[in-house]
Amino acid sequence: MNIFRIIQEIEKVDGEVYDRFASRRQAFSSLGSFGKKVALAAVPIAMGTMFKKAYGQSTSGIADVLNYALTLEYLEADFYMQGLAASGAIASENMAFFEDVRDHEVAHVAFLKTAITSLGATPVDKPTFDFSAGGAFPDWNSNPATYLALSQAFEDTGVRAYKGQAANLVASNEVLTAALQIHAVEARHAAIVRRIRGLKGWITNDERGAGMPAPTQAIYDGEAETMQAGVDVPAVSGVAAASVTEAFDEPLPMETVLNVASLFIA
Amino acid sequence: MREQTKPEEREGGLMKSLGGPMQRRTFFRYAGATAAATTLLLTTSCDEDDEVTPPMNDKAVDLGSGDIGILNYAYALEQLEAAFYTAVVAESASALSADEMMVMQDLMAHEVAHREFFKAALGNKAIPDLEVDFSSINFKDKNSVLQTAKTFEDLGVAAYNGAGKLFTDTGAGLTYLLMGGKIVSVEARHAAAIHDLISENARAYGAEMVDANGLDRAMSPTEVLGAAGAFIATEINFSNLPK
Repeated sequence: MNIFRIIQEIEKVDGEVYDRFASRRQAFSSLGSFGKKVALAAVPIAMGTMFKKAYGQSTSGIADVLNYALTLEYLEADFYMQGLAASGAIASENMAFFEDVRDHEVAHVAFLKTAITSLGATPVDKPTFDFSAGGAFPDWNSNPATYLALSQAFEDTGVRAYKGQAANLVASNEVLTAALQIHAVEARHAAIVRRIRGLKGWITNDERGAGMPAPTQAIYDGEAETMQAGVDVPAVSGVAAASVTEAFDEPLPMETVLNVASLFIA
Repeated sequence: MREQTKPEEREGGLMKSLGGPMQRRTFFRYAGATAAATTLLLTTSCDEDDEVTPPMNDKAVDLGSGDIGILNYAYALEQLEAAFYTAVVAESASALSADEMMVMQDLMAHEVAHREFFKAALGNKAIPDLEVDFSSINFKDKNSVLQTAKTFEDLGVAAYNGAGKLFTDTGAGLTYLLMGGKIVSVEARHAAAIHDLISENARAYGAEMVDANGLDRAMSPTEVLGAAGAFIATEINFSNLPK
């Protein structure tokens, strides 16, 4: 059972579950009180434990953020390791690029685990991933077009996911800088994957781009912003609104990131 | 609109000391050179000791201090990038393919948007327009244009990565931090695209910019302005920035 369905199950017994995500600490610390209802919904305890470990029990907001990032990096690292191991997921001319991407994502996993441990917290366990998303992408590891689309989805998500967390990392200059540095690498990946797919390296308006499955639209919603820190950028710059939306990547709410990621957790 | 100034005409050797192509290459190739370059800068004219006033000519632009200083630092870099791509779009059509020119037009639009955003956000705290020095760039030569673009974009990524931690205001400063985050990933997208244009078959993204931990480069304002200084004719006083 994937987490997305778990959340839907929780929604049946707690209609405000999505609101609770606005304060994840509150939401997940109250998971305990869902206990009986969750059991009734036959949700695996292990999954709840993983979730709770990831977002609820840390004494440090920084460790929370790093564990959130770690879950995404596990997903990416696993996706590239499995894709490179499969025959037919990646076109030969792109192998070298994806080997580098894999190495970066594996390094991000190691980096984040070290950082979390050094903060005195516990890194979350790696979930078991299902990149077919329950059968929605059955050819994910045999069709380069599907593989590239999923790669774009993960990299563009990664870019947006880190951004929303910067303010939660200001207590540590080192962690904040490292998060920015990781996030820039995700953006380099995203740009190249998009260019391999024949798209621009940047996101225009909130368009997911040709060939992207409809369920990935959530990754792009909110990207069409043209007001930045109270400045109407097209008005002050004379730059077309569509270009202005390309010039600023927007943060993605944690609940959206988790929903996207959860589609791929077995 | 572009001021062509010969290096020897510039006053204040601060930027010039790191401006030569050899120094820049060394700077990027060897991590150790960063410390050396910083030392050189500091011993040349920019002592970190606040008691010592760097020798500035009367046209030196002071970026200021605190969060305003960091925003002006970003504004200075965006001025430089916007001026460069504006010149590329105006002058380099004969040197670039249609696909390459489309990327350059996008980058011009993005960097102008960044520049004007910072100018508006800073209001009357904004530094004046900087004079650029693009005399080392051959805008009719594809390699010169793309290599310079690569330098600017990789430098922009490193600059924002290094500047995030310098925001001090936990109120408005968090907004600025988020703005830096919104922009740095776009600079990284630019950088990857430029690397890809330079070496299309390899699907290059800037491998040399990513370290063994999978981290992109982060540089301090001193390091960044040292590297960018060759392209800025206006002398910049950045001694009041947070460190």
